[in-house]
Amino acid sequence: MPEVIIKNGFVFDPLNGINGEKMDISIKNGKIVEKVTHKAKVIDATGLTVMPGGVDIHTHIAGGEVNTGRMVRPEDHVKDTVTKTAMTRSGTGYSIPSTFVTGYRYSQMGYTTVMNPSMAPLEAKHTHEELNDIPLLDKATYPLIGDWWFVLEYLKKGDLKECARHVAWMMEITKGYAIKIVNPGGLESWGFGHNVHSIDDVVPNFCITPREIMVGLAKVNEMLNLPHSIHLHTNNLGLPGNYSTTLETMKALETVPYHGKPVAHITHLQFSSFGGDSWGNFKSAAEEVANYINTHNHMTFDMGQIIFTDTTTMTADGPFEYTLYQLSGHKWVNSDVETETSGGIIPFHYKKNNAVNATQWSIGLELALLIKDPWKMMMTTDHPNAGPFSFYPRILAWLTSKDARMATLKNCHKKAQKNSLLPSIDREITLYELAIMTRAAQAKALGLKNKGHLGVGADADVAIFNINPETTDIARKYKTARKAFKNAAYTIKDGQIVVKDGEVVGKADGRTMWLNVETTEPCRIDDEMKNKFRQYWTVDYENYPVSDHYVKVKDPITIKASV
Amino acid sequence: MIVLSPLRKFTFPVNAECINPDVFQGKDIAEIGKLPLFEGNKQKKLGELFKIEEDNQDTPSITIDGDISEVRRIGMGMKSGEILINGNVGMHLGEKMSGGKITVNGNVAQWAGSSMKKGSIEIHGNASDYLASPYRGSTEGMKGGRIIVDGDVGADSGAYMRGGLIKIKGSNTGQFLGFHMGNGTIHVEKNASTRLGANMTGGKIIVSGTVDELMPSFTIDSVKAKVKVDEAESAAGPFYVFLGDLAEKGTGKIFVSKANNPNLKSYEKFL
Repeated sequence: MPEVIIKNGFVFDPLNGINGEKMDISIKNGKIVEKVTHKAKVIDATGLTVMPGGVDIHTHIAGGEVNTGRMVRPEDHVKDTVTKTAMTRSGTGYSIPSTFVTGYRYSQMGYTTVMNPSMAPLEAKHTHEELNDIPLLDKATYPLIGDWWFVLEYLKKGDLKECARHVAWMMEITKGYAIKIVNPGGLESWGFGHNVHSIDDVVPNFCITPREIMVGLAKVNEMLNLPHSIHLHTNNLGLPGNYSTTLETMKALETVPYHGKPVAHITHLQFSSFGGDSWGNFKSAAEEVANYINTHNHMTFDMGQIIFTDTTTMTADGPFEYTLYQLSGHKWVNSDVETETSGGIIPFHYKKNNAVNATQWSIGLELALLIKDPWKMMMTTDHPNAGPFSFYPRILAWLTSKDARMATLKNCHKKAQKNSLLPSIDREITLYELAIMTRAAQAKALGLKNKGHLGVGADADVAIFNINPETTDIARKYKTARKAFKNAAYTIKDGQIVVKDGEVVGKADGRTMWLNVETTEPCRIDDEMKNKFRQYWTVDYENYPVSDHYVKVKDPITIKASV
Repeated sequence: MIVLSPLRKFTFPVNAECINPDVFQGKDIAEIGKLPLFEGNKQKKLGELFKIEEDNQDTPSITIDGDISEVRRIGMGMKSGEILINGNVGMHLGEKMSGGKITVNGNVAQWAGSSMKKGSIEIHGNASDYLASPYRGSTEGMKGGRIIVDGDVGADSGAYMRGGLIKIKGSNTGQFLGFHMGNGTIHVEKNASTRLGANMTGGKIIVSGTVDELMPSFTIDSVKAKVKVDEAESAAGPFYVFLGDLAEKGTGKIFVSKANNPNLKSYEKFL
């Protein structure tokens, strides 16, 4: 593999504490190295910003619900068709891009690693087939375990060790990366047409509460030494007044022993920070939530920022999608994935002139700006739930520029304008903080040692943007910055140039990462378990696991567990 | 003004978004001839498929003479100007148009005036399915403007309509006329088929002839002597007025001629 040297760029590498220093980055064999020979290909980055490749901790890009979302939205594809070029394949874009377009568009924005956050274990094979088809990106996926019958039974019995071994087995057979919990207890209840409304409601048939599920799995996560924490979508998500549930959840997780590594990651926090008690008096509770987060260190978060556009909501939170259906009357897909989880899909148009939508938009930004430590708050849209990922540059502009925020706010619904905290917040995120929120913090929270930084030994995933921090004030010239983030000057994946000036110029298959967790004793697989598969699943135990050959480019990560 | 005539019979679909007065504006014949379009999967130039002439008379901005039933997306998104088509025309005519006028002396294929916002389309012939309806899956129906059809229309016409007027003068309409409409007016001067106004939440459908059947989710509200079609015109009755679609908690109105529908007399006892 050829050597590459990136010369004279302004480097932002927060994990190594480098803040805009002019320096060279050397690449050999797909890794960052100390130095290269004079034969190395030179990329002149004079006057450009150099960052590690972007990492997205939460983006729905593959699997059963994503694909069903594509199927029910022909009108979404027809407005954004992508023709093939010599280097790229054709496809469709907009809110749920086809697999290839997903890879190209992420790469054009300088992203190199993305995480698919929601995979019903039963649909693991499908998910991996789609991940295989997404080019230019490294990826991994989180299996939904929070309402998995075996886990609920082990937690009820209080047998955390066996539960941990079972989760380790689940990671291996689904080729998963982290424990995903969606509306704990609610999804199981949804199978019977119910939901849970607080973290102490009892789940029917299992006599267990969401609190016990979350705390139990957080402890299991620690026993297994998994690189990421539990990845949590809170109860009562998307309902007015749910911030109190969110605060209770965060307090409940204080009981999990904290040894410097976060015990949980609450995802798309915007949807969990609603105040008021009905849609009529709906308001932001960003201040309350941010105040708690600023004084506690046991968790990390991501934004779930609203974009004003027509998008498609899709989540395993079936009961929440039913609420959305009642609100919008739009076409609705509902599913109950056997004994595992549920799911729902509704197209949704977030509008500036809708008081609730505009307030939601404001909540996301308020949270990101009020939470002082950028290492705790990462930038996402929960693609495509709050908006397509292709709008990230817009969010970056809102974060870095008060002008950009105010320009959007002045077109919003009067009520949302009146209640928004944004006019009172002067903070403008710097490029260094931006590198944290879009790369470093995400890689750190995910426990990806070779990602999100440019130190020696890291994967040679680099993004170069056409921004000169010495001459361009991104807070004032936010449109220039937005353009630069939309079309990276270069994206380098594993040492290979894949994007130049916003055009895809290289071909590369990303790797799929998963965890092989080595436990001291194997998971108990007995006749009782196999019988349960036979009784309650449509797939037999023997046919359930995703075998290695399903994954095109394999990157298993071996973890030593303490059970 | 520009006159186009097809140089041969097209066997593959031709996607001709470029045939649009706004696009032609300010271009000479040579430039117009170079406009790109697709025939099947091959990119071609307008001049390779059409003879392009200019007459200096006071004719519409674009006149097309000949059968172009394989040519799609003519006048898509047009904002101004006028297109006259002497012959049959293909799908998506005047899709999303927001101004200007299209006149067709012939039949039109599916999705004519789909999601249009303003302007007018006159069809002196029959229209096929999905007249004024949005593309599959979309709920962005016709928002305004006028469509007048001298002949019949196909199924699923006026779906998700949100405003404007559709006038149908032919003796038949397809099923599901005004499906899910929320506002606007459809006037059927003669007869209407079944599933009329299914899922409608607002707006009005006026049938001066007969209806095959009314959905059971509509309820009779009153009898009216006449009803307003638009500012200038009203239809003479008397009409039975039905409210629905109750399955959608709708407040749409269907006006059905009392004289032409004696089979609906049984509804009168609920008044």
